[in-house]
Order: sequence, then structure tokens, then C-alpha cells
Amino acid sequence: MSDPGFLRRFARNRQALVGAIVLAIVLLGAAIGPLAYGVDPFDMVGHPFMPPFGDPWLGTDVSGRDILAGILSGASVSLAIGFISTLAATLIGITVGAIAGYYGGSLDEALMRLTDFFLTIPSFVLAVVFVAVFSPTTTTVTVAIALVSWPSVARLMRGEFIKQRAQEYVQACKAIGMRDPTIILVQILPNALPPVVVVSSLMVATAILTESGLSFLGLSDPNVVSWGYMIGVARSSLRTAWWMVAIPGVAIMVTVLAINLVGEGINDALNPRLRQR
Amino acid sequence: MSSRYILRRLLFLVPVVLCIAAMNFALLHLAPGDAAEIIAGQSGHGSQEAVAQLRKEFGLDRPLYQQFFFFVYRLFTLDLGYSYVQSTPVATLIWDRLPATLLLMVTSLTMAVGGGVLLGVAAARARGRLADALISVGALLAYAVPTFWLGLMLIVLFSIHLNVLPSGGMIDISAGYTGIAHVLDVLRHLVLPALTLALFYLAVYTRVMRSSMLETSGLEFIITARAKGLDERRIAWRHTARNAALPVVTLAGMQFGHLLGGSILIETVFGWPGLGRLVFDALGQRDLNTLLGVLFVSSVCVVLVNLLVDLLYGVLDPRIVHR
Repeated sequence: MSDPGFLRRFARNRQALVGAIVLAIVLLGAAIGPLAYGVDPFDMVGHPFMPPFGDPWLGTDVSGRDILAGILSGASVSLAIGFISTLAATLIGITVGAIAGYYGGSLDEALMRLTDFFLTIPSFVLAVVFVAVFSPTTTTVTVAIALVSWPSVARLMRGEFIKQRAQEYVQACKAIGMRDPTIILVQILPNALPPVVVVSSLMVATAILTESGLSFLGLSDPNVVSWGYMIGVARSSLRTAWWMVAIPGVAIMVTVLAINLVGEGINDALNPRLRQR
Repeated sequence: MSSRYILRRLLFLVPVVLCIAAMNFALLHLAPGDAAEIIAGQSGHGSQEAVAQLRKEFGLDRPLYQQFFFFVYRLFTLDLGYSYVQSTPVATLIWDRLPATLLLMVTSLTMAVGGGVLLGVAAARARGRLADALISVGALLAYAVPTFWLGLMLIVLFSIHLNVLPSGGMIDISAGYTGIAHVLDVLRHLVLPALTLALFYLAVYTRVMRSSMLETSGLEFIITARAKGLDERRIAWRHTARNAALPVVTLAGMQFGHLLGGSILIETVFGWPGLGRLVFDALGQRDLNTLLGVLFVSSVCVVLVNLLVDLLYGVLDPRIVHR
């Protein structure tokens, strides 16, 4: 990633650039939006069911709460859960995959059976049951998403480690008596990381979609407003005030789309030859 | 494909099902408060003696490994526990809802695979032209849209504004249709949920089919077909697509579990009376036994479907020999 051509290639890709700009705006909105706007998303600010493009700008929800304030505070919830759960899943996946791929043998066999097991069971159902069992908080939601997301990273990482393990430089490291943890972390990991970066960046988007699904079902921290929760609440008045459902959904879609574009941009910039496909 | 291979694969299911059982058992025991406390709390007899009495009745005072053996034994006798909220065995609840979910899932999967293959071939044949670009943009949007939200928006458009399709449920109860009219009524109710659930997978399969087509079209047997002077349409459909569709079938089989998760959300949106709706109601009432039962049954279903796809793969691609 330190290669200077990477950023240039990324910036030349128009789709990726648009994605990066939109994502930056969403990040900015999440970081300073709630403070700058200064309205508590739980406060009743006016009559319920106020349409958008009036005052407040995006209208009010079923209990007269400011929808724009909800969108702004929901942004930080979605992004925080999306990024932290992905980070956790990536770390678990790297650990499992690196150990399985480097050592091979029965350890590899056991770890891959575990990975396959988690790949097989319906991940969203597991996340739902997990959050329901441990009661919904931001932490349990994050842990649940990480728990169902790591297997794909582990698989990928294992493949990369098996490929790298056979290379001459690894043999050389062993020959000069380097210890396994050093070889794994310092020598192989940097070479095996690029494909993981791509998968992880796309995983943030999936994590945000999963979070919105969970909170739509009511499985979100009762003390924070999230986009999925806003849709779940507004659903009962779909007939009279469809925009209350529409607005948070657009926010989710724009954010996920931006992350996907950035992820694919990273992929193309890392593998310039694949672009022609 | 030998019957010995099938038998071995079936035997291999046992450890997987045991793992699923172990996961369920772990979740049940990690949950704050055991069944005895919850029931004692619900019935209002929260005294220490009452809780201890219930614990003894449920075998919760025994060592953990004994409880686990008992738990597994019950699972293998298809006893998934009892829903104290609904006053019905969990197995009965699930058994009643399973057909609706399977109908929804099979319809969606058929739409997604069929549509994905068609669009993928179209995109590959129009490579680099407008149709290809439009399909790509559509797929990008389909990846980003939350399915449950899409369902709600489709209800706004087709049920509320245009009033052409029902907004939820599986049948029109007041009409009391029978025979063919009943089937048509179910189909009418099926259109929106199945379409909503299918869209994401349609996008995935379109992309996979497109790149698989482009890969296959460079292979020698296609070049031979072209050299023989076969027309392009025939080459694309009869020769390339048939071979290129294999990854789509594999993926569709692998994503069965993912689809099941999606159907929980879609059933909630459309009030479809399947497992998803059962999960949503159980969440509202904190009915853990039902939730764990659904997790168990759906996991076992996914394992079975994966096995089925593996076996089917041998039929689709005769080069694969199972030993």
C-alpha cells in the first residue's frame, strides 16, 4: 500500500473518487453533524408527522422528533458499528487464517472446520439470536456482526499464507533461525495483506446493512438512534407518511454505495491488470 | 455417483449437527437468567424455593455435561423445547411455518438464478456497450439497498399508490378462495416479497454469470464452435452459458443460509407467515426457546441444502466424479 502508484491509480478511477468524496461527507456528518446541528434526536421538537422541506428541514417522526437530528446521530452509530465490527472480524480472520495456513496439518484442519461451520450456519439468524440472548446494546450488536463476518477473511488469509509459505524468502527466514511469530507477522503478513484490505473494506458495507437489519427488528441499543431503528419505528405509518421510512433508507443506501465504490476502487488500484475485465 | 458416497456424506452430517447443537446449548446457557428464573418471574412466584423447584424439574441442577447429553438427546427426538409464551412445543411452531418460508425462498432463488443467468449472458454479449453499463449500475445499486427498506418502498408504490398488489399476508382471508383461485391469490401475495428478496441475489448472479461467460468464451471449445461457423446466439446460449452457469449454481447453494437470513427481514415487512415472522414475534416476547429452535432448524436446513447442491453438481457437471 506504500507504493505511490496506488493513490494515483485510485484517484484516476472516477467511481472510486466519487465514493471516497461521499464517504468523507458522511464521516464528516457523523463526526461534527450532531454538535453542529445541536438538536437531541430524542427531543420532541414539534408536531409529529411534519413533512420534509419545511421546518425542521427533514420533518418530524411519529413522536415529533427531528428526523435530520436522527439521521446525523444515526450516521455515527452505523459507521462506528460498521468499522469496529469489521476491524474485529478482520483481526480474528487474520489470526485464524495465518495460523491455519502457516502451520498446516491437523491444526489447519481443525481451524478450517470451524471456519466452514461458521460459513454454513445462517449468519443473520445467528446474529439475531446472539443479540436477543445477550440483550441489545451497541457492544453486543458489534460483537454479533464480527462473530458472523470473520470466516471469509480467515479463508482468504489461509490461502495467501499457503501461497507465501512455499516462497524462497520464507525458507531463507527459517534457515537463519527466525522464530515463527516473527516470520508470520513481520515477513509474510505484509505480503498477504492486500487482498484482505479489499475484502474488509467491502465488509464494512455488509456490516452496516446487517446493523440496519438488526435495528429494524428492534435489536439496537435503546439509548441511541440508528437508521434501521428509524425505519422500524416509521413503518407503522407507511400509509400516511412514507417519507419517514424513505429518508433513513436513502442514508443507508448512499453510505453503503460509497463504501462499495471505495472498496472496488482499492481492488482495482491494487490489481491494475484485473481492471480490463 | 455411488450410494456409498451419499451414505458417507450423510454420516458426515452427524458431527456438524452436533456442533450446531453445542452452539445452541452454549447460547442458552450464556443467556442471563435460566428458564426457571424466567418462568418463575412470569408466573409471579419468584421465591427462591419456587425457582429451585423449577430448576429441579427442568434438570438444571445437574452437571453441565449431563444437561448437554439430555439436550442433544431431545434434539435427536425432534424435541426443540417448549415455547412458554405461545404455550406450544417449538417444533410444532416451526413445522407450521416452514412451508411458507420455503415457498418464498424457492421462488426468490428461482427468480434470482434465472434472471441472473439471463442478464449475465446479455451483459457479457453487450460487453462495453450501454446495456452492459446499465446492468452494472443496477447491480451496484442492488448491492447497496437494504432489502427490508426496498420492500417497504415497493409497498408504497405498488400497494398504496397504484393499488395493484396486496401489501402483506399470504392469502386474502375475507375472500375465502379455494382451488385455483386460492393458488392465484397466494401467487399475488408472493410477487412483492419474492421480488424484494430476489433482487440482491439477482445482482450477485448477474455479475458472476457475466464474468464466468467472459472467462468461458476464451476457452478452446468455444473457439472451435466459432471456427465451425455456428452463429453467435447459439454459441452464447448452447455452449458458453451452459458451462458458465456452474459457478452460479454453486453460489446459489452456498447462499441458502444468507437467503434465509434475508427472508426473516422480508417476512417481517410483508407479514408473510413463515419462520421470519415467527422470529420477529419471538423477539418481541423474548421467547428464547423459539429463537434457538429456529436457529437450529435453519442451520440444519442449510447443511442439508449444501449437501443436495454438492450431489446435484455431479449431475450438472459429469466431469466431477464422487467416490
